[in-house]
Amino acid sequence: MDHNSNPVTAESYEQRIARLESKLSSLEQGFKTKSLLQRPVDWKASSEKFGLLAAWLAVILILGAFQPEQMFSWNSYATMFGSNAMIIVLTLALIVPLTAGDFDLSVASTMGLSSMVLAVINVKLGMPILFAIFLALSIGAVIGAINAYFILYFRIHSLIVTLGTGYFVNGLILWISDSGTIAGVSMGLVNAVILYRFLGIPLGFYYVLILTVAIWYGFQHTSLGRRLLFVGRGREVARLSGVNVIQMRAGALILSGLLSAFAGILYTGMRGSADPSSALAFLLPAFAAAFLGSTSIYPGRFNAPGAFIAVLFLSTGIMGLSFLGVDSFVQNLFYGGGLVLAVSISQLIRDRAPMD
Amino acid sequence: MKSALVHSGITPTWGNALEIQNLSKKFGNSLALNRVSLSVRTGEVHGLLGSNGSGKSTLIKILAGFFSPEPGAQIRLYDQELNLPDIGQMAHRFGLAFVHQNLGLIPSLTVTENLFLGSIATQQNWNIEWRELHRSAREIFVQYNLTLDPTAMVAALSPVEQAMLAIIRAHRELLATENDHPGILVLDEPTPFLPRKSVDQLFELIRTCKDKGSSILFVSHDIDEVREITDRATVLRDGELIGTFDTHDTDHETFVAQIIGRDLDKFAGSNVTRDTRKTLVKVTDLEAHNFGPVSFDIAEGEILGMTGLIGSGFSSVPSILFGSGNSYSGLFKFDGTNIDLTKLCPRQAQELAIAYLPADRLGSAGIGSISVADNIALPVYPEIRGRWGLTDKQVLDHGRLMGEEAGVKPNDPILPLASLSGGNAQKALLKKWLQISPRLLLLDEPTQGVDVGARQQIWDALVNSAANGASILIASTDYEQLACLCHRVLIFAKGRIYGELTAPDLSKNAIAESCYQSMVASS
Repeated sequence: MDHNSNPVTAESYEQRIARLESKLSSLEQGFKTKSLLQRPVDWKASSEKFGLLAAWLAVILILGAFQPEQMFSWNSYATMFGSNAMIIVLTLALIVPLTAGDFDLSVASTMGLSSMVLAVINVKLGMPILFAIFLALSIGAVIGAINAYFILYFRIHSLIVTLGTGYFVNGLILWISDSGTIAGVSMGLVNAVILYRFLGIPLGFYYVLILTVAIWYGFQHTSLGRRLLFVGRGREVARLSGVNVIQMRAGALILSGLLSAFAGILYTGMRGSADPSSALAFLLPAFAAAFLGSTSIYPGRFNAPGAFIAVLFLSTGIMGLSFLGVDSFVQNLFYGGGLVLAVSISQLIRDRAPMD
Repeated sequence: MKSALVHSGITPTWGNALEIQNLSKKFGNSLALNRVSLSVRTGEVHGLLGSNGSGKSTLIKILAGFFSPEPGAQIRLYDQELNLPDIGQMAHRFGLAFVHQNLGLIPSLTVTENLFLGSIATQQNWNIEWRELHRSAREIFVQYNLTLDPTAMVAALSPVEQAMLAIIRAHRELLATENDHPGILVLDEPTPFLPRKSVDQLFELIRTCKDKGSSILFVSHDIDEVREITDRATVLRDGELIGTFDTHDTDHETFVAQIIGRDLDKFAGSNVTRDTRKTLVKVTDLEAHNFGPVSFDIAEGEILGMTGLIGSGFSSVPSILFGSGNSYSGLFKFDGTNIDLTKLCPRQAQELAIAYLPADRLGSAGIGSISVADNIALPVYPEIRGRWGLTDKQVLDHGRLMGEEAGVKPNDPILPLASLSGGNAQKALLKKWLQISPRLLLLDEPTQGVDVGARQQIWDALVNSAANGASILIASTDYEQLACLCHRVLIFAKGRIYGELTAPDLSKNAIAESCYQSMVASS
């Protein structure tokens, strides 16, 4: 009755409701499109992403304040890029199995063996350099395959296996080299790695740049690379999703051996000679760079651009310190401290979840 | 009166070893325990019965200090009031010891090391006399009429020996406390995987503990075992106290009626009869360790449920048909072709359009630290990649689309999977498989730890998928879910199919009843 007696107010009431509802829905719509399209710039995320680049810049500026003429000269960097190329390759060799969840402690030894094999075949046996390169790469792949066999068939932890094979390989290096340095490697290789330059930077650096892009593409833009991440993060999940986990892990270890061997070739080419022990010292820098790199660009994942920048960051620091005339033991402090610091930072990113 | 006796100091006697009053526990809006009271007398073996979701494990977890009860509850141990809610340490000190189903033994250590684990782990001792320890272990076993080699590895013991070792260890802990009373031993489902003969041995040990004056709270789903070993038993159902019964005056059927309840079906069965379509899956004489032989088939568009009590083996079927376990035999015919079960691997199964969603959500089904989008896209990376390779944008767009269809909230596929609630993570992981339009979908507890709303959405998705011709196999102990979803439910007992329920008779209670009957029939 009430309703009939006063139709005007009833109607206006309904109209009001309708108006409010339409206003509400338009507001909701606006909110939705806004939140979908205009994601606010996430400062925390981008500072995480580019933190390492900023740190690199900061190191250059700080050290440059003390040694401006050396730190701000293009020549220093061109030389440094060239002479650290093989560390970048070694770091890339590490992050492939690390992404698949396996440690490879034999990378530096494989690098040393490859370097020595190259010199022995080319210098002592006098065979052509291309054949020597082919053989050195094959040996790297074989060491990777041996690691894979023991890790996957006997199900031994990768740390144990690669620690053992690495040490074994060290013995092989001393054996084939008679514990001595072999000099006189083909100038063709030396030219192609260090003597020919583009923009003042040795060619070797550009090979490594291309390799970094290739691995970045492989990790980020192929299904294979993404599956590799699943293999590393959760073997059971990957397996139950139809991924051939054994094959992926074996592939990662073999690629690691192959890349380490390539690092060895660059190393020999850079110096024109091979010695039995110096390559082994690159294991820790590579680990430090791999973990430091995993805190940036794609934070929380081992990634090629991050590794690339991390090596350059660490090398810049060491270069600057040597310009300042600091003793060479600082290298050890820098790399060792860098590794622990990098892992601590990446743990903070992961909210200190236990590492597996 | 009682307290007067205690304080008089002369030969204390206690009425009740454990007295629980008004114990409630809420999880969100659902009441897992509603004002439950129960008492365990001194020197009594007291059973605690109830089916899944009855609240018995919640009660045990409160006693063990994993959960805190709602305010208003009272718990007394030998007339000593426990401070609620944090009772964990206190309960232990005042004489409450637990043996959980996983026993808490370390398989790679010796019997002696496990027996004295508590003291070795917590007390400083710079000179452990192993010979002495082995000797005292042997002496302890003699007290319990048991012969165990103290130097043997626990892994080498039979399951019942392991269970007995765990019980003796717990009982020793009780006697070692500085109380003047013999304590209460809580045995939480100690028997589901034991053969009958071993159960007898275990019961002998329980009686020995009882003879030493201790009380025992025996938690089990097995009515006959409870009737055999206990003096009284308390039944819980849906968080409510149904009652405490003298076991000797109560027969099996009465217990079943109390556990299941005779009230009307709250959830009627789906009562969906499927139109007879062609058989897609035919399994004959499937056998594995302690399992089978079982044979069954699934038609296209059919939802087949599998259930049973703990240890009945039904839960291993989905993973076997996906080829993810090993060492089993039998014939598996899929769409007319024979599949070699010994060679079947997840990859091959997936090529046949078989999909499997394991129960362990963040252990086997998805990876918490990786984005929702990547978790969904894993099986279809090659399909969504563009000409220049896979980009984050493609993966995220795909994830957003799939999340939208599956009703994942929030539908922000860049988030790591672990940041979603259980229900939403499950929706996403189910979508991971539904997107490949599986012909056979194998599910293990698909809605465990999933809220009611998400549960309905998952059910809808499954019904929808079956309507489009997929065959679905659900292994679950959630009777309500099976009754609502399935066209047919197979009841397992001791590794075999005990019975089959089809549409008109399919209800939560019918399934529960069948499960409990299966226990009797198979023992």
